[in-house]
Amino acid sequence: MELIDGYPASMRESIALVERTRPARLGRTFPAMSLEERKALLLGHHPDYQAGAKRPLRFGPSKGLLLNHELADLFEARPLVRPNLDLSTIDADVDLLVIGGGGAGTVAAIWAVQSGLDPARVLIATKLRHGDSNSTMAQGGIQAADRPEDSPVQHFLDVMGGGHFTNRPDLVRALVSDAPLIIQWHERLGVMYDKDSQGRFVENPGGGTSRNRMHSARDYTGLEIMRVLRDEARNLGIRVIEFSPAIELLGDESGRVAGAVLLNLETRRYYIVRAAATVLTTGGLGRVHIQRFPTTNHYGATGDGLVLAYRAGAELVDLDAVQYHPTGAAFPAQMAGLLITEKVRGLGAQPLNRLGEQFVFPLEPRDVEAAAFIRECGERGLGIPTPHGICGVWLDAPMVDLIHGPGTIRAALPAMYRMYTRFGIDMTRDPILVFPTLHYQNGGVAADEHGATRVPGLFVAGEVMGGIHGKNRLMGNSLLDFNVFGRRAGIAAAHYARAHRPGRLSLAHVAEYERMLREAGVETTRTAPRILPDYRGKEALERYLDVPV
Amino acid sequence: MSEPATLVTMELMGKEYRVPSGLTILAAIEYAGYKLVRGVGCRGGFCGACPTLYRREGSHRIFTALACQTLVEDGMCLVQMPFVPVPTKPYDLHGITPQPTTLLRFFPEIAGCVACNTCTRACPQGLPVMDYIQAALRGDIERVAMLSFDCIACGICSSRCPADIKHYAVGLLARRIYGKYLVPPSEDLAVRVSAIEAGRYDAELRKLMELPLADLRARYEQRNFETVAEQHRDHSATQRYNSPMDPVDYQDELEGV
Repeated sequence: MELIDGYPASMRESIALVERTRPARLGRTFPAMSLEERKALLLGHHPDYQAGAKRPLRFGPSKGLLLNHELADLFEARPLVRPNLDLSTIDADVDLLVIGGGGAGTVAAIWAVQSGLDPARVLIATKLRHGDSNSTMAQGGIQAADRPEDSPVQHFLDVMGGGHFTNRPDLVRALVSDAPLIIQWHERLGVMYDKDSQGRFVENPGGGTSRNRMHSARDYTGLEIMRVLRDEARNLGIRVIEFSPAIELLGDESGRVAGAVLLNLETRRYYIVRAAATVLTTGGLGRVHIQRFPTTNHYGATGDGLVLAYRAGAELVDLDAVQYHPTGAAFPAQMAGLLITEKVRGLGAQPLNRLGEQFVFPLEPRDVEAAAFIRECGERGLGIPTPHGICGVWLDAPMVDLIHGPGTIRAALPAMYRMYTRFGIDMTRDPILVFPTLHYQNGGVAADEHGATRVPGLFVAGEVMGGIHGKNRLMGNSLLDFNVFGRRAGIAAAHYARAHRPGRLSLAHVAEYERMLREAGVETTRTAPRILPDYRGKEALERYLDVPV
Repeated sequence: MSEPATLVTMELMGKEYRVPSGLTILAAIEYAGYKLVRGVGCRGGFCGACPTLYRREGSHRIFTALACQTLVEDGMCLVQMPFVPVPTKPYDLHGITPQPTTLLRFFPEIAGCVACNTCTRACPQGLPVMDYIQAALRGDIERVAMLSFDCIACGICSSRCPADIKHYAVGLLARRIYGKYLVPPSEDLAVRVSAIEAGRYDAELRKLMELPLADLRARYEQRNFETVAEQHRDHSATQRYNSPMDPVDYQDELEGV
C-alpha cells in the first residue's frame, strides 16, 4: 500500500478537507449537549445500551446483575483449584497480603506500613512485574480541585453528573476531599508534575470537568506516579513476589478472608499465603475484549479480582457499564486500540468527520463522546474508512500547536508524538484517526469508603472496586481513585490486621461456589480466573489488525 | 484486511518462522505460537517489559527495540530480554539533602562512564542517556531529571553499558530529588489542603449528598465552565529541554545502515 507521509491517498483526500476548515474552526467549538440529548445519544449508540449484549448473573449475592456475555462467562466458570487442596503447608504467613502490584496495590502497601505494619510482613503478589498495570499506561492526568477558582464541591458535581448520578455519594465525597491531600503527598514523594517556576501546577480541562483541574506529567502521568510509588515501596522494604497471580482467595473457619493461593507462572507451583488482612487491587478487564472491542489495557487486565471476590462472597456493583474510551487509535493497524490521551482534546484538538466538520463538543463525558463517534461512523456514514477495514473520526491534533504555540505537542504529548512517529505519522502536521476502544470497567466489587467489602478481612481498591464512578468515569479520576482508595484500604487493612489473627485456612467458599454453579445449571469447561489472554496464531492477527480473519 | 499480507522470515531464538509483514515483533512472536509471560507488559510502549535485541541480515550491528513498538522485518534474528537486573541499595529520599555530589554518592559507578554513547544508541525511547549520566557526574540534578523524564526503565541501556552503570535508577533518583526539593511546592495546594483539613467543605458536600436527585441534576446543569483559554501557563516543565534534541532520533540510526 502506497503511503504519503503515513496515510494512503484515500485518507489524504479527507485530510485536505480538514485543513480547509481548520482556520474557521479555531476558536469555534461545537456546543455541549444537555442531559436529555446525552441520554438519547447513549440509548441509541453506546455499546452498553445495545440489546442482546448482556445476560443476568444467575447466582450469588449479585444475582440478576446484567453483564456483558464476556464478563458473565468469567463468573460462569470453574475454579482453577479444587476445594480439597492441601493447605497444611503455608509458604508465607503475613499481616497483609496485597494482590496486584499496580498503583492501588502499591499505595495500599505503603500506607499499611505508614500505619505501623512491619514491611517484612507485608507482601505484594503480582501477576507480571511490580508496576505492570494500567496505572503505568495512564497518560493524561489526575484530577484534584486545588485552585482558588475550583473546589471539592465543584469536583463532586462533575463526578456525579459524569456517572449519571449513579455513583455512591459517600465514595465520591472521599474521592474529591482526599484529592488535594494525595497531590501534596505526591509532591513530597518527588513526583514531577508539570509546574511553572513558582511551583503552580499546569492544569487543563478534561471531558465532563467544569474547571481546569487535570494535573499532568507530560503525557506520562501514570508512569511517573507509578515509578515513584514503586521506588518508595522498595525503599521501605516491602516484599514483592512477581509473576505470581492469585488464583483463589483463602478463607478461615470463621468466614473471614485469610490470604490466597498464588500460582508461580514459571514453575507452575502453588504458593500458599496466609494473611491477617487481604487487599485486592487487581485492576480491570480490558483483555476480555467485551463485545470484541480492542482495548487500551495492560496484558494482565483480565478481571481476575472480580471472580475471586465474588467467589468469596463479595457483592458487585455497576458492572453492567464498561467504559469505551472515545479516542483509541484507529490507524495505522499496528496501533489499533491503543490509547490516545484525552489530553489531546483537553489542549484543544477537535474531533471531525470525513468532511472536516465538527459534530460533537470535544469534551463531553467519555461515554457520550464515544457514542457520538460511533454514530458518526455508523448511522451517519461520515466516518473515515481505513485500508484495514475499520472506520474512525479525525482528531485535529495540529490545532494544539496552533492554540498553544509551536512545540507544545512535542513537550506536552511526547508519548503520543513518539508513538505516531514510530509508525510514520507526524501529528504536529496531520490529524490522527481515532475510534472508541475498551478502556475501563467503571463498576466492580462493592465496598465502603475505606475499601472494606462485606466479607471480613477483604478490602479492595483501584479499578476492581466499584461505586465511585457510577456508570461512567471521568478522565483523571482513576489515577486519583487508586491513590485515594489505595491509601484508605491500606490504612483500614492495617488496623484490621492488628485486631484479627487468621484461623485455619479453608476453601469451603469454593465448594459453595461450585454448588451454586451446579444449582444454576451452569455446565461448562471454562475456567477462571483467566490470568492472561491467549493471542496465539489467528488471534494475534485479529487483535493487531482489529478485524476478524 | 483488504490487501493480502506478504510473509517475512524471522529467526526467533534460533528458529525460523514465517509471519505476516506489518505485525509488531510482539505480535509476530505470538503469531508464531508463543504465549508470552516474560517479555510482555502493557503492549503500548509505556512499561518497558519487552526489550528486544536483534541483528539484521547483512549487518554486524546489534539493534535494540521494544517488541510492542517495532515492526518485524524480513531476516530479523532476535531474542527478548526477560529481565535486566538493576538492584539498588535502599535510600530514604526524605532524609537526603541535595548536593552536587548526591547522585555520585548513591551511584559511584557513574564515574566509570567512558562516554561511548552506547546507552544513547540503545535507548528505544530515543533519550540522550549518556548526556544525562554526564550531567549526573557534574551534579546537575535538574538536567538529569529533564533529560531522563521519558524513561520507561526497560533496562536496555544498563545491559549494554561497558561501565555497568544503572542508568534508569540514576534518572529516577534525580527526578525524585528534583520533584521534592528543587521545585517549589504549590501554594494554592497547601491552602486548599488546610481548608479541607479544617472541614471547610464538609457542610456543603453533605448538603449535596442529601439533595433530591432532581435538584442535584439542576445544580449540575447550572454549572459554569472554565475554558482552556482562561489559563495561560507553560505546558511542561520539560519543554525547553526537549524541543531541540527530543525524540526518536534513533530512526536515523535505523536508516543509516
